[in-house]
Amino acid sequence: MLMTISVLMENKPGALMRVTGLLSQRGYNIESLTVARTLDPSLSRMTICVDVEPRLRPLLIKQIHRLVNVLQAADLTEAPAVIREMVLVRIRTSLDNRTAILKEAEIFGARVVDSSVEGFALEASGDPEKLEEFIAVMETYGEIEVTRSGLVAVSLEPKRLKLAPPIPRAHPQSEPAHTR
Amino acid sequence: MAQTMSGARILMECLQREGVEVIFGYPGGVTLPLYDAMYEGAIRHILVRHEENACFMASGYARSTGKVGVACATSGPGATNLVTGLVDCMMDSIPVVALTGQVSSKLIGSDAFQEADTFGITRSATKHNYLVKDIKDLASVIHEAFYLASTGRPGPVLVDITKDVLQGQAHYQPVHAIHLPGYKLVTEGHAGQIRRAAQMMWEASRPYVYAGGGIIASGAHEELRELVETLDAPTVLTLMGLGALPGNHPNFISMPGMHGSYAANMGMYECDLLIALGVRFDDRVTGRLASFAPHAKVIHVDIDPAEIGKNRAADLPIVGDAKKVLTKLVRVLKETAPEMKPLREKERREWWNQIRAWQEEHPLKPVFSADEIKPQHLMVEIDRISNGRAIVSVDVGQHQMWAAQFIRFDRPRTWLSSSGLGSMGFGLPAAIGAQVAHPDALVIAIVGDGGFQMSIPELSTIANQGLPVKVIIMNNGYLGMVRQWQDLFYQNRLSAVQIEAFPNIEKLADAYGIRGRIVEKPSELRPALEDAIRHPGPVLVDVRVSPFENVYPMVPAGAAINEMVLAPPRPVEVPA
Repeated sequence: MLMTISVLMENKPGALMRVTGLLSQRGYNIESLTVARTLDPSLSRMTICVDVEPRLRPLLIKQIHRLVNVLQAADLTEAPAVIREMVLVRIRTSLDNRTAILKEAEIFGARVVDSSVEGFALEASGDPEKLEEFIAVMETYGEIEVTRSGLVAVSLEPKRLKLAPPIPRAHPQSEPAHTR
Repeated sequence: MAQTMSGARILMECLQREGVEVIFGYPGGVTLPLYDAMYEGAIRHILVRHEENACFMASGYARSTGKVGVACATSGPGATNLVTGLVDCMMDSIPVVALTGQVSSKLIGSDAFQEADTFGITRSATKHNYLVKDIKDLASVIHEAFYLASTGRPGPVLVDITKDVLQGQAHYQPVHAIHLPGYKLVTEGHAGQIRRAAQMMWEASRPYVYAGGGIIASGAHEELRELVETLDAPTVLTLMGLGALPGNHPNFISMPGMHGSYAANMGMYECDLLIALGVRFDDRVTGRLASFAPHAKVIHVDIDPAEIGKNRAADLPIVGDAKKVLTKLVRVLKETAPEMKPLREKERREWWNQIRAWQEEHPLKPVFSADEIKPQHLMVEIDRISNGRAIVSVDVGQHQMWAAQFIRFDRPRTWLSSSGLGSMGFGLPAAIGAQVAHPDALVIAIVGDGGFQMSIPELSTIANQGLPVKVIIMNNGYLGMVRQWQDLFYQNRLSAVQIEAFPNIEKLADAYGIRGRIVEKPSELRPALEDAIRHPGPVLVDVRVSPFENVYPMVPAGAAINEMVLAPPRPVEVPA
């Protein structure tokens, strides 16, 4: 079953690899992945869509959370969240279909981002299922080429971000680990 | 006061600040600047003979002291050779910091000489890892590495440092604080959960303590003893937990699991409350999960939230450091004891009677013979000589299980075993690491004839450093555990398990200038071991044991914990 995970992590080299590595070492196939920095440029937000057995979902979240660079990891599969995707569709079409295509595009809220004698480039965004329908409809008009952005999600539950405070390292540490 | 220093010197300065006493390492091209900084000898360096063993030695050092072990290797092959040791530390939660050299940052990605993607390769082999390409980051990264390795659930951390960073110059200022915003530790344990746990413990008729490596990692052995005594609960210790409760403690049953005792496993099966402390419900302990402790509610204390509910759902989880949680738990138990202890007194007595009956029914009984040395006999003799005081490190296989069954450990950090990863070749280097940390202790490495041959190069290190490690080879001429499985599950079709052309140990020892001895007769065993212990230097003892002995009891893979195969009946002779 597809699971949607939102991860807030430090924007550091290798941080992405730690998350994707954790998934790939368990043999999970990533359906989509988006990542970009947040308002705070030292952090990145990542949305992952991955096929995971439902009973393993809580464990996976805890294991992602355990990664040192990860500040927050949330399972948005069934949580209140807005999940969106963007798709770019290039369609080659004969002149007869152009008006119909534009009408359909309008129904799906898609925008024309390029127009030529050969056809259009359309941009649509929204609920991933709606986009599936849009693509299916466009396919009926001719040869299409599709690029999807992957899911981006935002949780609607307020969650305070708790950060670990700085750790003083003033003195030589020679005592055994457990006494620290 | 800022001063200009080379990266290598900054690194040495940070290591000294972290209290590092010894580095187990092997130099190479890109670590030349580091080894030059070591020239003055501010930190002792043990030159190993293979980098994998550097990591095992650091592991043995860490396991036997609780301090962070340090291993060092050059780029490329040096770093890749560390990987097995890192995974071993990862599986057993052992604090080790590995330092590796990397080619200069300008050369990274160009397939330069001795370049390997150490950062990528060790991602899943470490708790965390770093690639340092900017000298400004070096000092804080080193301190972060030690902090991460030693806190929370301990583990290995690797720092890969490019040659230009080691060679470069920078103003060095001591690091006063490190920032790890995502590294949140929960150590205290929820007070309400702790009270509820105490309540459950008093209300149980058949409570059972299942404690492991987490007790040793957090130094909670005294607290464990108090808990077990306050509750008067039977207690089993996992392979990682041996020594957490004295081996002769009346509440200690034995190790549970695949080669655990009958009583330990029956107790697991029949208990109605499983008190799991610093354990991870490993498959070698649980057998078939669906039939593991089927009648029990589970209290699970662990510092790693990801362990809770991983294999077995916990009815009452407590995330926290074992020492802190057990301290509070014992306090609550003692407060409530006058009122609560009588509650299940009768059931508890019956429970103990049942456990004692199981113990008598099928005790862990060593096997003796007048004609040949039985492997169990060897362990009994080692136990006699150690008398709970030696640091014993083992390799992996049959001898490891017999040692766990028949050698008593009275203190934590005296039993060193590659338990989770089960890495052959661990026993000898781990003993070296422990002996370096405890120069005056009796350190015994028990190894098989297979694993020993993976570590032979380190005999040179032992001789070189004058370390009085006693290496006892349980030589049955086979890769015994694999042979046992071929015997039991593959119609005894013995495939690639016989070790032929084993070297003559007396000659081999002689070649390294250390004492060696071959023991073949049961009557020679005790004197030979006593002689080995008396000898002030290192000793190699090749003990020829009967080749076809199997380890019992055994829970076959996939079977339930109460479905043990018990030892086949055989005459038992007790030596005079």
